Order: sequence, then structure tokens, then C-alpha cells
Amino acid sequence: MIETLAANARVVAALGRRSVMQTLRRPQLAAPLIIFPTALLAIQTAGAGRAVSLPGFPPVANFLSFMLAGAMVQSLLMTGNSGAIAFAIDMEMGFTDRLYATPISRASVVLGRLAATAMLGAMIAVYFISLGLIFGAKIHEGVPAVLWIIFLTSASALAFGSIVAALALRTNSASVVQGIFPLIFVVLFVSDAFFPANLMLEPASWVAHYNPLSFIVNGIRQPIIDGWSLETQLKALAAILGFGILGFTLCAAAMRGRVRRGL
Amino acid sequence: MAAIETHELAREFEGGIKAVDGVDLEVAEGEIYGFLGPNGAGKTTTVRMLTTLLQPTGGRATVAGHDVEHEPGEVRRRIGVALQEAALDPLMTGRELLELQATLHGISRREGREKGQSLLDRVGLTLAADRRVGTYSGGMRRRLDLASALIHAPEVLFLDEPTTGLDPVSRKAIWEEVRKLNDEGTTVFLTTQYLEEADQLADRVGIISGGRLVAEGTPGALKADVGRPHLELSLVEGAGKEKRAEQVLARFGRPLPARDGTLMVELERGSAEIGPIVVALDQEGFAVESLDLVQPTLDDVFVHKTGQHLEGAERAGDAEPPVEELPGE
Repeated sequence: MIETLAANARVVAALGRRSVMQTLRRPQLAAPLIIFPTALLAIQTAGAGRAVSLPGFPPVANFLSFMLAGAMVQSLLMTGNSGAIAFAIDMEMGFTDRLYATPISRASVVLGRLAATAMLGAMIAVYFISLGLIFGAKIHEGVPAVLWIIFLTSASALAFGSIVAALALRTNSASVVQGIFPLIFVVLFVSDAFFPANLMLEPASWVAHYNPLSFIVNGIRQPIIDGWSLETQLKALAAILGFGILGFTLCAAAMRGRVRRGL
Repeated sequence: MAAIETHELAREFEGGIKAVDGVDLEVAEGEIYGFLGPNGAGKTTTVRMLTTLLQPTGGRATVAGHDVEHEPGEVRRRIGVALQEAALDPLMTGRELLELQATLHGISRREGREKGQSLLDRVGLTLAADRRVGTYSGGMRRRLDLASALIHAPEVLFLDEPTTGLDPVSRKAIWEEVRKLNDEGTTVFLTTQYLEEADQLADRVGIISGGRLVAEGTPGALKADVGRPHLELSLVEGAGKEKRAEQVLARFGRPLPARDGTLMVELERGSAEIGPIVVALDQEGFAVESLDLVQPTLDDVFVHKTGQHLEGAERAGDAEPPVEELPGE
């Protein structure tokens, strides 16, 4: 039993390593994870920095500290999307068939891909925290907060990645997976990611209040700007768990469908 | 025990399309079996079922003694697969790909490195080992694909159109490697649409058309079944003497109509009769200028069985493909 688990873990790790390399070596997959969120962070911080003075804006050292969580969530969503695009490319070019013809389970192939997404999520957290610190952001809760943020970002990337991976499995098409990103972006904008929900107009404010992405954003943001709150962190974990359960259920169904359809 | 055995193997896709329709195969251990047919005949679907990538919708199949449907893991441990188009990640290096493949087969990291290096040497990719696959030529990709299929020393190797699109030199290099592997005891199941490839490599050939096996046998037996070899010869100063020369040739077989001064005779006993024919012509005062023994090709076999040429470009008839057992099988 332990031997089997260890063997499976080794396979998932090897496939995860390969997927991370694939993302880092393909500029069109790697660039959106860093360049776009960094550009948006820079533009918004420079252009809307005085928003912190608005009545009702949460108490924060500076606008950059507030914006870091949004940039991280934007980037982790792109990571999940890029990972699923790469997965669909693997399927389109027949690389997954090469994997399926070896004595590993089909689930390992999906888990390997998601392990890479989680790893990239952690790297994103490190990048944005470093960037924030360089440009004057303050991490209110210090090193424990950094570790917690890395965990949340990584777990969120994994959970969200599983949903998009299911789409890749279902459609077998990189262009379809790529096509849903604008929708994801819209959902991100009606969350707490870039502006506090309580300062939005209705109905955006109401949507943002209940948007699960807001829970994740606030889970990451709170130890940066304010302090720990068990309720906020539990909400973030619940949102991640919800995305994860949904994603893994959809992945399992999509894999069964692929076998049935002979893919 | 047969290395590969199928009974009424079938695969029907959504919409009622029968890609494979009741194929019976038996491939012996240590054999090179050529699976020949035009595009869309059912070759790849059959290979995908035998390699556990696709579940059959009818019949059964065993590979290396294990059922493909009920023991897919056991089958995968014993097979190597090089699929059509060499689906390799262009962003990986050759070495990385082999090491990944070794890990997937449960080989330790150290052993995987050693085996990977040894296979890179074997297929002549040592110098390109650390280059990304995207920079490889078509022939190099195929050799790497072959190497990756061999990392765990499989009992049965499936090669799905391994030389499609390759230049003649690269094609010959792959053939050489396949022969070497077979000499070492590996059973090879090779799909191809190239007649020469099947003729050169395969101990036995199965011809598939419309999802059904229409003929099976050694290349020689298949060709013999559709016609005997014929001798084409021209004579020194033979003009005007064809009639008398044909009378001599008629002693050895059925004369065929002469073409552009070239005499033709179908031989009952093949090349064994060339010597006696030359002697007989000499005794009658004829000097032979050139002679050529022409054998039937596998394309002739395909035409005979299906009414189509193998490449599918020419269609000689619309007859339903008959399923026939050849004598001596």
C-alpha cells in the first residue's frame, strides 16, 4: 500500500515537474501569469492610489498592499487557465496517449498537471510578495502570513485549475479553454479583488459580497493589511474546498466520458 | 503462447461507425507482424485497442498473455508503443523525455538515467540528447519515439506507421533498428501503409480494409496467391522471330502478350526455371539480351482482395471485401 502510494507520488511529481517546465519554457503560457497581473498592478497602483482615502476603504498602509491579493488571485486564475490550455495541447497532439500507454492511472496524469498548477501558484505568491515588499507594501502579520498566503495561493490555483482542467478533458480543445478566460476575468472584476465590495454600486456590490473569489481574495489580503480573522480564513478555505470538490468531480466525470467516447 | 491474440475484435464509434469489425489475429512471440491497409482502414483503431488506449465494443484481445480490457495495467507493463506522428513534447529535451518515460514505468531515477543514455546512444541521438525535441528532424523524432518505447524492454512493441513522412535514409534507419530489436526477441506489431515496409520487415502480413481483415499470410504466400511471377526478356536480334521464341517459352509456362518487343511468360516454378529457359533459347539459336523476373506485389494482393489499390487513389471496383483464409496458414 505504502509502496503503491510512493510510486504514484513519484509519477505525479515527475509529471508535475514536466508541466512546470512546459509552462516556463512556453512564453505564451508563462507571460500571462506574470506580465499581465504585474502590469495591471502597476497601472492601478499608480492611477488609483488615492482610493485609500475614500470613506469606507479598509485601513491599509498603502494601495499596493491592498492590491497585492487581487494581483495574486488574477495570476492564479491565469495559472489554472494556462495549465488547462497546456493540458488540452497535450491531448490535441497525442502526448497524453503516450502517458496513458504506460502503467499509470489516468488520474495520475490529471493530478500531475494540477500539481504543477499548485507549484506555479506558490511561485506566483513568492513573486508578488517579493515585488510588493520591494515597492513598499507592508505584510502586517510578517513571515507566518507569507507562508499562509503561499499556501492559500497554491491551493486556490489547484482548486481553480481542476475546474478548467475538467473543461479541457471534456472539450479536448485548447482554443475552447482559452476562450473562457474573459468570463473568468468578468467574475474576478465583480469581486473584492481590485476594489472593496462595500464601495461598489449595486448589484455589483451584492455579487462581490457573495462571490467565492472575494472570500479567497480576502483570505490572502487580510494578513497583509490588517491581521488574522478566523472567520475570513475559514471562508477562504471553504471557497477553495468548494472549487476543489466541484473541479475534481467534473474532472472525474469528464474522464469517464472520455473513456466512453474512446478518447 | 501467442504474443497477440484477438477474437472478433470490434470497435464501433458513436453514430454506428464500425472502425474495426470482427478482426481475428494471432501473432507469435518473436514475430514481426505487418498490419497493412490504407488510411481509415482500421489499423490505428486496432492498435489503440491492443495498447489499451481504446476499449473494444466487441470481441476480445490478449497481449503478452493479458486481456486488454480486464488487465490493462499488466498489458501496459509489457508493451512499448510508438504512436503515429511521434507525439513528443517539443519543449522537452530527448534525455528528459526518456527519463520521464522511465519514471512512468517505475524505473528508479538512477537506472532511468543509465537506460536513457544507453538508448540515446543506440538510436544515434547522443549529441542531440540535451536539445529540445522541437529542434529535431522528423527522423530524429521517430528514433527518439522508438527509444522511449524501449525504455522498459517491452515484450511486444507496437509501431503505428513509424516511417510515415520520413525520407528514405531515415526510413531505412528505422527498419534496421526494428530488425535488430526483433533479433533480440521483441515481438513487433507494425502498422503501415507502405508496401515496401511490410514486404521488407514483416514475417507475416495482415491486410485490413473497411475494418475487416481481408487477407493474412507471409508476403510470399500472399503474392503467390494472386499470381505467379513472370519473366520478361528481350532477345538479341529477336525482331521477327517472336513467334518461334514464344513456342520455346511455352514449354515452361503460359506466354503473356509481348509488349514493345519484350517477351513475357508466367512461370510455374518461379526463378528455378530461368536457367533452363536461357539454355533452351540458346539451343534454338536465340541470345538473351536482358531478363527480369517480375514478382506480384502486395498491392496486387490488395487489389485482388478489395478491388482497390492500397494508396486508395485508384479504385478498381466496389466489391465488398471478402474475408478469405489463404492456403497454408
